[in-house]
Order: sequence, then C-alpha cells, then structure tokens
Amino acid sequence: MTKVELRGVGIAYESEVVVSELDLTVSSGEWLALIGPNGAGKTTILRAIARLVSYQGEIQIDGKAVHNLTGRELARRVAMVMQEPHMPDGMSVSQYVLLGRSPHLTYFGKEGRTDHRVVADILERLSLDRLAARPLDHLSGGERQRAAIARALAQQAPVLLVDEPTSSLDVGRQQEVLELIDALRAEQGLTVIAAMHELTLAGQYADRLALLVGGKLVAVGAPADVLTEPAIAIHYHAHVRVLSLNGSGRAVVPVRSHLPSPPGEVVP
Amino acid sequence: MLILGRRLPAPPAPPLALLQGLPRLPWVWAVAGVAALLGAAILGVLVGPVHIGLGTVVQAVLAPIPWFGASSVDPSQASILWSLRIPRVVLGALVGGMLATAGAAYQGVFRNPLADPYLLGAAAGANLGATLAIAFAPGSSLIGVNLVPLAGFVGAALAVAGAYALGRTVTGLRNTIGLILAGVAIAAFFNAIQTYIQQAQTNNIRQVYSWILGRLVTAGWDGVLLVLPYVAISVAVILLHRRLLDALSVGDEEVTSLGISARRVRLIVVVAATLGTAAVVAIAGTIAFVGIIIPHTVRLLVGRSYRVVIPLSLLFGAAFLVLADTAARTVAAPAELPIGVITAFIGAPFFIVVMRSTRAAAL
Repeated sequence: MTKVELRGVGIAYESEVVVSELDLTVSSGEWLALIGPNGAGKTTILRAIARLVSYQGEIQIDGKAVHNLTGRELARRVAMVMQEPHMPDGMSVSQYVLLGRSPHLTYFGKEGRTDHRVVADILERLSLDRLAARPLDHLSGGERQRAAIARALAQQAPVLLVDEPTSSLDVGRQQEVLELIDALRAEQGLTVIAAMHELTLAGQYADRLALLVGGKLVAVGAPADVLTEPAIAIHYHAHVRVLSLNGSGRAVVPVRSHLPSPPGEVVP
Repeated sequence: MLILGRRLPAPPAPPLALLQGLPRLPWVWAVAGVAALLGAAILGVLVGPVHIGLGTVVQAVLAPIPWFGASSVDPSQASILWSLRIPRVVLGALVGGMLATAGAAYQGVFRNPLADPYLLGAAAGANLGATLAIAFAPGSSLIGVNLVPLAGFVGAALAVAGAYALGRTVTGLRNTIGLILAGVAIAAFFNAIQTYIQQAQTNNIRQVYSWILGRLVTAGWDGVLLVLPYVAISVAVILLHRRLLDALSVGDEEVTSLGISARRVRLIVVVAATLGTAAVVAIAGTIAFVGIIIPHTVRLLVGRSYRVVIPLSLLFGAAFLVLADTAARTVAAPAELPIGVITAFIGAPFFIVVMRSTRAAAL
C-alpha cells in the first residue's frame, strides 16, 4: 500500500512550461485518472513520477522523495505501462515480461528461479501462458497491451502508472484491460495512476478524476463532481451530454448540434 | 487447452522449463561453432608453401606436453608451425572473434543493424595513426614496440573518445543518433587528414595501403601477446552484458523505467568494444565486414537475443577470419592478398545467400 504525493510540481521541456504548480495526493490503493484535453500534461506527469523527465518541486512515494532513489529502487516502487510500448520484433512474450524483473537483479545479475516463478504466475494470471513463446510481433493489440501490463507487474512495484491503457483497442478489449487493472489493483493493493482520454471509462473505473488543462489542475474529485456538462464544454470545447447510468457511472456522449440529412433525401 | 468448450487440466510443466520461449544458447550451434573454429584452425595450420602433414602437426602440438614429449618432429617443421602458422591462426581467431563480438555489441547498444565496430571512427582513427607513423617515423619503435600498431591503437581510441565527447555535447547522449553522427563526422575528418598525408607521402603509399586493407603478418607470438589481454577483457565485459543488451532493445526510456541506466550500459560496452577493436585493428589493420556479416548471419540462423548472438559471433567470427586468412595467403601464393578483400569477397555473397534463404525476417 503506497501513497504518491506531488507538491508544487512544475515541468518544462526546453523553455516551454508543460505542467505548473501541481499539488496532488494519491492515496494508497486508489485509482486516480488524469483527464484533460490533448496537451494537458497527463503523460508528462506520469513520466515525472517515473523520473523520465526532470521536474521542479517534490514528488514523494510513501514519504520518500523520488529524486533521492536510485534507478533500481524507483523501479521497484513504480512501474509504468507506456502508451505505445516498444516491442522488439522477434522477442518472445516470456523474455519481454522477464525484463520486468530487472530492478530486482544486480547489474551483471541473471534471472533466477524466483524471477521465472514470478513471471510464470503473472503470465498465467493474465492468460498469456499459452503465448509465452510467441514473438511479440505476432500478438494482437489486446495481447500486446496485456504483455505490457505483465512486464510492469513483474516489477512487483506497488505503484502502477498507465498511459492511455485503452488507446487503439476495440470496446471489448478496452473493457477487458480496464477490468484486469481493476482486479489486479484489488488483489495486489496497487495504487494506480492512469492518463485516460476516454471520459466515460475514466469515470467508470477511477475512484477520482484529476482534470488538467494546459498543465494546471482545474478540478479533482469523484467522477460525478468532475464530469459535468459545463466543465467539459469549457475545458474541452465540446458539446456533450452526461448521462447517469443507474449505478454504473456516467456516460459522456458527444452531441452534434446539426444532424446531416440522410443520403438521398432532398432538402427543400 | 480448450477442446469442444471443455477446459482440460493443463499438463504439468516439466520442472526445469518454468518458462517457455526464453533464449537459450542452442547446443547444436555452439558445438557447430567450436567445430568450425577447430576445422578452420586445422586447415590454417596445414596449408602453406611447405607441406606439413596432419600427423606432424599433431605431434608438434603435443610435444610440449609431458608424456607426449617423445616426438620426432623435424625442427625446421616444428619451427614453421610454432613461430609462423600456429601464432597466425591464433591471431586470426582473436581478431575475427573480437571484430564479430564488437560488431554485435555495437549493434546492440546503438539498436542499429548497420552498426559495426568502426561506427564511431575506430577505423579512421587507426588508419590515421598508422599512416602518420609510417610516413613520419618509418621503422621506429617505442620501448621495444613497433610504432605503427601503437599509433593505430592510439588513433582508434582517440577517434572514438572524440566521437563520444562530441555526441555528448550535441544530444547529451539522450539518444544514439547524435553519437552516430558525431562518429561519422570524426571519421570523415580523420579520413581527410589521412588521405592528405597519404597523397603527400607517395613513397609510402603502398605500405599505407596494405596496412589499411589488413593483414595478419606476425612475427612469432608478439602480435598475439599484444592483443590477447585487450581481447580477453573486452570479450569478457561484452559477454557479461548479454542480458542488458537484450534489455536495451526496448529503447532508452523504457529501459530507464526498469531501473537500468542505458547511458551507463552504452558507455561501458562502447569502451570495452573499442579497446578490443583498437587493439586488433592496430595489429591487423582495418579488416572490413566481419563485424557486420557474422552477427547478422548468426541472427538470421539462430535468433536475435544477445545471449545467443554474442557467444556465437565470437566462435563463428574467429572461424571465419582464420578461413579468410588461409584463403588470403593461398589464393595468389606466393603473394598474399589483403585479408579485407577476402572477407568481403567471400562474405558478401555468403551473406546474400543466408539473407535470401531466411527471407530476412530476422533483420
């Protein structure tokens, strides 16, 4: 169970400020979704927590400042699933997932039985055991996403960062992946921070949403409080309806102001 | 396993194969590599202007070992074997194994299939160093060591260090492109100076040219002893990085998120590969193509994991260069062809055959 705290975090690429004055606390075992229009800084915040970009301010994991940890120490606490993970052609699923054991090995170390055991269990849990020997380039989109999650889980880190887990998946695979992350969170007590652009799914799966616009936090709270028609209209410049789904969250549905005429119909 | 919708219990996994699909060094190929090296070595020792039979070779090789010592090998034949042919075969194996291993290592750290041991300017630096020594200090030596290989070694090391420093100022080593471009720039600059000196000092042009094309002429064991420590350390360090080279293939950013410093791995492997390459280039000249063709052939035939590619490149690179050297000194005997001509002449068509037959899926 691990808590993540960001205090006064600012991130700039070259001289362009991408995130500024961000204060955010993610409780242990919580699923927090970072939402916001394109370019809001969602991915950048995840990258800062994984220390892949330099930042100002303070990021702490269970009270320990991220910048004081070694690379291996950090990788044993934080695992990240990239939006488009690079999957080397020809590498097998098991070899790829075994890479997740790296933070538990010394520099010249070799994976031992424990590492193989951990990976075998994860492959089974994610229904990848039959695909263990398959090359990554022979996987479907959903299988690739599962392999990427499996590699992150192999790190056995209590904090899981997920960047757009559902992009390029069909609706069935989207649900499958999110259900999987949710189940793993419950089983293993993971703290999940996910950048999500699908507002309906974010509202259904996350405990809290943090709405970012232009690198600034404009709203944070329960989905029902953040996903409101006016907020989405202002920050996304989108015309939507937010529908209540009787106990299973809210659906954010885009609405067209002018429906086009059906083909063949003559407009008088 | 799903049969007609019924889930059957999975067969119990064999205790040692907990995970399927992990790269393992296939013993068939390992044995084939050792056999190829031994075969090439035997051929290399047997072939030469003076006929020496296999029996004599075996006797001569066993002679220094107690209990086998009572041999009656003709001293002149023993001398040809021990001071000419065997050291040359050993040197060929060291040079070939080193170049192929360094090539595989460079391809791993730069994640670039076109990388070879000369990518960061090692060849240009060695050529410039050797040309300077041949042109301005012919025949001189420093503390008993011939100046030409020394200058070649220093030139190669300086070129790569320069490329590394330059690449660092350009992109901060965040990606490898800056490093590769720096290597290209350094190589072009060194080549320009080298060509100028070569043109200005035409009386040495033949010697310079022959150095550049590479040869394994060695007086006894001097050359072998000179390169052996570098090759041993370099190959050992690269072999120890097999797992990390595989890890690097997911890219710098993801490997960083796994707690591995891509920069550190790259620096250590490049330094190790460069030391070994500089040493063999200093003795044997800039032999082309081995560093690319051998690792790629291994990759096409056996698989892409560096856990397999590195050790097999070492074996097959060694075997290939011993064979190429044997061809270089027999094809136009008594003259010797430059070994670089042979490596490319045999290597290129062979590589094309392998590439076509495996449909290049593994590239």
